[in-house]
Amino acid sequence: MAKRIDVNDLNVYYSKFLAVEGVSINIEPKSVTAFIGPSGCGKSTFLRTLNRMHEVIPGGRVEGQVLLDGDDLYGAGVDPVTVRSQIGMVFQRPNPFPTMSIKDNVLAGVKLNGKKISKSDADALVEKSLRGANLWNEVKDRLDKPGSGLSGGQQQRLCIARTIAVKPDVILMDEPCSALDPISTLAIEDLINELKNDYTVVIVTHNMQQAARVSDKTAFFNIAGTGKPGKLIEYNDTAAIFSNPEQKATEDYVSGRFG
Amino acid sequence: MTTNALTSKSSTSGRAGDKVFSGAALAAGVLILITLFAVAVFLLIQALPTFLADPAEISGGEGFFAYIWPIVIGTVIAAAIALLIATPIGIGVALFISHFAPRKVAGPLGYLIDLLAAIPSVIYGAWGYMVLAPALVPGYEWLAKNLGFIPLFEGPASQTGKTMLTAGIVLAVMVLPIITSLSREIFLQTPKLHEEAALALGATRWEMITTAVIPFARPGIISAVMLGLGRALGETMAVALVLSTGNLIPSLIKTGNQTIAAEIALNFPEAFGLRLAELIAAGLVLFLITLVVNMIARGIIARHKEFSGAN
Repeated sequence: MAKRIDVNDLNVYYSKFLAVEGVSINIEPKSVTAFIGPSGCGKSTFLRTLNRMHEVIPGGRVEGQVLLDGDDLYGAGVDPVTVRSQIGMVFQRPNPFPTMSIKDNVLAGVKLNGKKISKSDADALVEKSLRGANLWNEVKDRLDKPGSGLSGGQQQRLCIARTIAVKPDVILMDEPCSALDPISTLAIEDLINELKNDYTVVIVTHNMQQAARVSDKTAFFNIAGTGKPGKLIEYNDTAAIFSNPEQKATEDYVSGRFG
Repeated sequence: MTTNALTSKSSTSGRAGDKVFSGAALAAGVLILITLFAVAVFLLIQALPTFLADPAEISGGEGFFAYIWPIVIGTVIAAAIALLIATPIGIGVALFISHFAPRKVAGPLGYLIDLLAAIPSVIYGAWGYMVLAPALVPGYEWLAKNLGFIPLFEGPASQTGKTMLTAGIVLAVMVLPIITSLSREIFLQTPKLHEEAALALGATRWEMITTAVIPFARPGIISAVMLGLGRALGETMAVALVLSTGNLIPSLIKTGNQTIAAEIALNFPEAFGLRLAELIAAGLVLFLITLVVNMIARGIIARHKEFSGAN
């Protein structure tokens, strides 16, 4: 559990368009790393390369290495399905399966690949995962109701429960709070703080206060202009990025003086 | 005198548009109900003599029920064969077009399937009569020889191939484009969000389809199958050409059986008086079958409403 990620000189393409260029970054296990930067700078695109979700988009491909505890995700013979079951992902908009009950949503990933699970194990796992996502008390009486009947914040925590139910090594979060109200956001942020005890967490956020609140390290991405590739500008401890950045661009962005 | 600033005077033109549109929508809705009602009334009135007549005067001499039930069963069997063949193939082709085929292949293939739906049924009938039926004869003989102990395949097999099974297969070909193109539209509407959710959990492509695409598309698939069923139940020309009719028999590979639509089409030109009323009564029964089947389908869709994703 909780593996480290090392990225070596990664280029990310949409067909021929170079979207992100030359990113090298080392992400520690059991830590929270935040990616910040302006819209279109490639931080979400880069995040999706960390569990091979980028290539789901037609034309999406990468050059370079992403190592999970030393094993290259893009190595020959590596099945993206295996990668994704070890590196989970939470999306910008809550996306529980609308045709499944709350319980089935939590178990959706566990039942994949033909795995069987006994009823008592399933019940225990559902409770453990929902507790892990701070959702158990709110839904324990309606586990058989559809997941789409929950509030946005609850749905997002259901998605987190679904992700941790498959016991991944890493959890990627792509702006998980951008569709949520402040109270739900706070609930998710508290949850992220707890998740880092067991998992490596990487989060993309537009909200700099959020990055400052939840992350141990922060990476700032930027683009020189439209049509140019996004680049990793600065990567450091969160406190350093926000109080004493090395790069002028980082300082301009975090202080709100960004063009 | 106080005036309310929110009461506007200049917006009547916009309101007029609203009124015209809601009026037009209402008229269209009412028109459909009137048409349906008029059809039902016409069938009832014209069929009435059949129900009042002396049972001995009805074709077959044993009353309307004895006359109608064999062809009701025949109709249902033909439609069932068609759906059993066309539904899995149609869903499979639709999935291939929407989720597996490269985009360059998917587009033209989709158009091609839509074109199949535009072929007149008499052409399908002629093809079934001249090409398919003779081609199936060896297959039927094999079935009669090896699976003849099952009543469905009891021999001796028809030497022309003009049997219930042939009719069902021709109907399946006709129904296939309807099921395929409707299912494909629904599959394409599956939210990317749900597909990615499944993939991000470590689903293979097939698992993504079973966890995200098929459940989302379920009501749509049922509707598509129902529309296909409508065509299979009501199809006249193809069945009239392909099936050499006879009494109701269990075997699908012998000459025999009849469907309502073909019975009406074959006998209508020479029918008058009570015989005409009989055929119209048969039409009424077909109308009722379609109605009941559609209501059952609606019921199935409604029962899963809570989990449909519409909320």
